[in-house]
Amino acid sequence: METQFTHSGFGQSPEQRGAASLETSPSYREPHRRYPRRYEMPNLDATTLAQGLGWFSVALGAAAIFAPRSVGSLAGVGRDRGGMVRGIGVRELATGIGILTQRNPAPWLWSRVVADVMDLAVLATGLRPGSATRGRVAVSFTAVAGILALDALAASHLTKHAGHPLVSGVAAPTDLYFETSIATAKSPEECYRFWRNIDNLPRFMQSLESVKALDERRFHWVAKGPALGSMEWDCEITEDRPGAALAWRTLNGAQVPNAGSVIFEPAAQGRGTIVRLSIHYSPLGGRLTAALAKLLRHDPQARVREDLRRFKQLLESGEIATTHGQPTGRRSFIGRAARRWGLTNSN
Amino acid sequence: MKANVWYGKEQLRVEEVPDPRILNPRDAIVRITSTAICGSDLHVYGGFIPGMLAGDIIGHEFMGEIVEVGSGVNNLKVGDRVVNPFPIACGGCFFCQQNQHSLCENSNPNAWAAEKLWGHSPAGLFGYSHLLGGYAGGQAQYARIPFADVGPIKVPNSLSDEQVLFLSDVFPTGYMAAEQCNIQPGDTVAVWGCGPVGLFSIKSAQLLGAGRVIAIDRFPERLRKAGEAGAETLNYEQVDILEVLADITGGRGPDACIDAVGLEGHSHGAFGAYDRVKQTLMLESDRPPSLRQALKACRNGGTISIPAVYGGFLDKVLFGSIVNRALTLRSGQTHVQRYLSPLLKLIEEGKVDPSFIITHTLPLDQAPEGYRMFRDKEDSCIKVVLKPWAEAPTLGGEELLASDESEEGGGRQKPHLH
Repeated sequence: METQFTHSGFGQSPEQRGAASLETSPSYREPHRRYPRRYEMPNLDATTLAQGLGWFSVALGAAAIFAPRSVGSLAGVGRDRGGMVRGIGVRELATGIGILTQRNPAPWLWSRVVADVMDLAVLATGLRPGSATRGRVAVSFTAVAGILALDALAASHLTKHAGHPLVSGVAAPTDLYFETSIATAKSPEECYRFWRNIDNLPRFMQSLESVKALDERRFHWVAKGPALGSMEWDCEITEDRPGAALAWRTLNGAQVPNAGSVIFEPAAQGRGTIVRLSIHYSPLGGRLTAALAKLLRHDPQARVREDLRRFKQLLESGEIATTHGQPTGRRSFIGRAARRWGLTNSN
Repeated sequence: MKANVWYGKEQLRVEEVPDPRILNPRDAIVRITSTAICGSDLHVYGGFIPGMLAGDIIGHEFMGEIVEVGSGVNNLKVGDRVVNPFPIACGGCFFCQQNQHSLCENSNPNAWAAEKLWGHSPAGLFGYSHLLGGYAGGQAQYARIPFADVGPIKVPNSLSDEQVLFLSDVFPTGYMAAEQCNIQPGDTVAVWGCGPVGLFSIKSAQLLGAGRVIAIDRFPERLRKAGEAGAETLNYEQVDILEVLADITGGRGPDACIDAVGLEGHSHGAFGAYDRVKQTLMLESDRPPSLRQALKACRNGGTISIPAVYGGFLDKVLFGSIVNRALTLRSGQTHVQRYLSPLLKLIEEGKVDPSFIITHTLPLDQAPEGYRMFRDKEDSCIKVVLKPWAEAPTLGGEELLASDESEEGGGRQKPHLH
């Protein structure tokens, strides 16, 4: 099932829920695949299964290349068809490596499905009555049919969640994950346009210094580091649906690998947009550091929440509310500390 | 510039601080000609408002002359004479679009902190704690006004500062309190507290068609003002309020009750002592005797409107009364921006002269004395107006200060001196 653009119709009027499920209104946005919420995350067993199938491919390929006769004999296709078996081995090896190394294993799993069907066709010829190896062929046929089912299962699941940080290998299952959202009075199109203009990003992302486009889909980010100095990384847009959603992930070599998506969900009855942001990241220094940062309100979630607030402020009021730089009397130690730790915006 | 700076509970000092400057395109700087001490400022003074930091400039009722505008302000120019509303509102968010300016989503830079306390953040306010934005207040010679294209209203020179100053807070606050009562012709409205907000609630209830307005307080001079404003008055130290209200209304109770007292409410007897002990031990943040009484007094299906300030947790509030007697509770910081034009019109037409609440006019330098007098109701103090540019005090028991004409412009009236 395709995940709906609006998740589970939560917070929507009955009319809208109806429209979403019945697709009666032509103006209703086409169903949109989003990076799912925590409870809709990809089934990690499917990822494991895909890995298993990858290794299976590699093993079978190696066996077929180095011992084509034994494999052919075992499968019931005969010892004399070594050339064909070797060919199948090369194919299996390539597919296995593809599944195990590529960010998106789904196409490689689909190629396994196609290959399985081809193999079944070859084996079917050996099922003719009177064939000497009919018994062995029948066993092989059943085995390949079973593997076909597994391949199809893994392929379809990973296709559904393609681009998900866990599936694409950007994020590890142990990474931290959070979601946050904010309601704005502007339309999804306006929100999308503002976000998609990368010059705007440093205006509302507080720790961001600059974003430079490398090409259409790849960008170079420079951000303030947790201590002195700055962090830089490249990222690419993995999904770009004008007026609806954006998703991105860091490219190899990022100090803090992360992936995220922002969805511009139309609020009920034309009440603007609910901007939903989800982020996967591997924190610098691991989970302990992340917990400490949270205590000090310096964790990425609190920061991103404030970034979203600034996004909304810029969009709706054209500026970011501040008191930084206004006059005050003499500050006490506590007042200075509050400023220092960002507990108040005032100076 | 000079400003009234908060340094802790009952510690105010008028000090020299840097002048404000434009920080955002939609800012303006106003040279303040008149500012006032609000009853809610007394909660700050008394240390009841959380999120204050030593060094904060306080005050949120002010007016003056625009001396600088940011590049994003098109409807004001240097020299305009304006009154400034106390909530800060962007004009573009969901709430501003519905004229609920005190709930603006974009004006509180410390919204996260307010969310921790109240669940969601209201608008930023001038000089009213860092929970509400930490904006420098208006008891100063200059103030920076954010979103100046939305807030301040231009006022004609034919009206004096004293006539229009209270558009910044107490007049609209009293008006909204009455408006929230959904007054029907002939309704009886009871008002707890005859300070400035209570007095404007009384005036407004009458403007909105109330049949009888009953004012409750214990200070004779406040009750006298309420009487002058057209209310029947009750002194709660002399009569049993619940009994008398029931009696006046034939046992039914007032159609609407307005609580214009707030978190430092006063009551005597065991309950009064109980509240003071609990508040001192920080077991309750607010003392709500007036609200408790209103919850008992109001008629079935009636409305309780709360313009008063409550900050946190209340104790012994009879919630069952709301449920079993179908009461409606209305409250909120005032959406001042919404009321500026209509109320200015009332003033221009002579239907209301808000200056009637003023009892004292002091130079800004005397702000700390003004707070103390106001809190202690000394010298029958009801409303203190501060003049930021007045020369150092002439002093003496009687005040003060004739504001200098040359500065205010010839056409305006002299301030009230009592």
